[in-house]
Amino acid sequence: MAVPSFLARERIVARPGFNRWLIPPAALAVHLCIGQAYATSVYKTALVEHFDTSLTAIGIIFSIAIVMLGVSAALFGTWVDRNGPRAAMFTSAVFWVTGFLVGGLGIETGQLWLLYLGYGVLGGIGLGIGYISPVSTLIKWFPDRPGLATGMAIMGFGGGALIASPLSRQLMNYYDPAYDGTAGTVPNGEAVAALFFTLAAVYLVFMMFGAFIVRVPANDWRPAGFDPASVKKKALVTTESVSANNAIKTPQFWLLWTVLFCNVTAGIGILEQAAPMIQDFFRNGETSTVAAATAAGFVGLLSLFNMGGRFVWSSTSDYIGRKPIYMVYLGVGIVLYVVLATLGSTATWIFVLTAAIIISFYGGGFATIPAYLRDLFGTYQVGAIHGRLLTAWSAAGVAGPLIINGVLDTQGTPGQLVAANYRPALFIMVGLLAIGFIANLLVRPVASKWYEPQATTPATARANPERSAAR
Amino acid sequence: MSHPVRDDRQSTHTPGALIAFAWTLVGVPLAYGLYNTVKAASQLFGG
Repeated sequence: MAVPSFLARERIVARPGFNRWLIPPAALAVHLCIGQAYATSVYKTALVEHFDTSLTAIGIIFSIAIVMLGVSAALFGTWVDRNGPRAAMFTSAVFWVTGFLVGGLGIETGQLWLLYLGYGVLGGIGLGIGYISPVSTLIKWFPDRPGLATGMAIMGFGGGALIASPLSRQLMNYYDPAYDGTAGTVPNGEAVAALFFTLAAVYLVFMMFGAFIVRVPANDWRPAGFDPASVKKKALVTTESVSANNAIKTPQFWLLWTVLFCNVTAGIGILEQAAPMIQDFFRNGETSTVAAATAAGFVGLLSLFNMGGRFVWSSTSDYIGRKPIYMVYLGVGIVLYVVLATLGSTATWIFVLTAAIIISFYGGGFATIPAYLRDLFGTYQVGAIHGRLLTAWSAAGVAGPLIINGVLDTQGTPGQLVAANYRPALFIMVGLLAIGFIANLLVRPVASKWYEPQATTPATARANPERSAAR
Repeated sequence: MSHPVRDDRQSTHTPGALIAFAWTLVGVPLAYGLYNTVKAASQLFGG
């Protein structure tokens, strides 16, 4: 599928002397917008009241969006790699913004299915394309620090929620003065619809700015002082190229799929239940020693560690290596989950510190995976490979809440649960992390039979993307 | 569809002001989000 010439990859090849530090803000402009997906809880109750429906019926909107994220990233990854980041960011912006407009229309007219179609399906496609759009470009601009580069962008996804939550509250307060953002007050449907339309306009400007300034490096471009041969010296790092169609035939791809799935499922276990969980862990009879406001503070702290972990741990992986850092995420994660399950209710600081580090590993796992893929499969179609791997996120987005909610349903009634009721779910997460740890341990360099022929330059490969697919 | 290919041999210079503007544009909302989240998280220690 051809794209208009102003979006074409050939139009955005940077000339010598271009400063690569313009690329991270381009990536952030997209990820800070699509990160809004993690801030949907601010208007969840309002939508339940507006549509007079269940929490589950509203929660499905987010689930559809995450499933569509994985599906679209997997389906359009090769298209993104072939047409470049400007076309991808532009397309992502169109879908993401249209999703808000259609969703807002659904709220305005009281038609829930339009919200499913708009925010869920169209927005989800925007999420998937937007999430992978700058990743391979950043890896190519920062071959010397791929973990730092992808960490910056994917940190933006975490940061997007930090921005959208308070901004949404303030905007809904503006559109419905009766709503003041505190517990107990709920904005009306018109205010949520107006919020959707406003966010659509703001996100359109930001994402188009990113699409406008993004550039791809020329094929022979290298950062000053960088020797490509130096990366070859590191274990598991290849300078060869593996196509997306071949990558999914390798055990390495499925081992990393398992690693991501286990790491994300375990993290979601805490994120899903964060506020009620801290109150339940310190429940004394009918009441908890942790107030609702304190629980909200805990959720805020987790958001900070989620975002910070993406940048800090992914950057660290440039120094200690991708496989070792996942051994930390998963191995130390196991220990922390055991501590949480057994000692978490003895002191608030133990609970908070343990959960915060676990969530930083959750964020780190997301941010480091593109660099891990680049190490194993090369830069050739790393965006498309990353897109296909994100189906693990979609699967974890379904499995994580199912596990935690399923276990808690068998343990008692919400509002009366205590720390012991969480133990079965937490130990299931320990088991999942152990599986992920073993999968990571089994990762070896990709067999040479999957490498693209040396004569294939990135330029010719882009012109013939399907050439290697039949191998 | 064929696209005009840019001559990538010509040298360019990225203005420092453009880089500063781009970072400010993404940095200001991020700082706003961080401030509000730290404020919310502080209830954990103050409450």
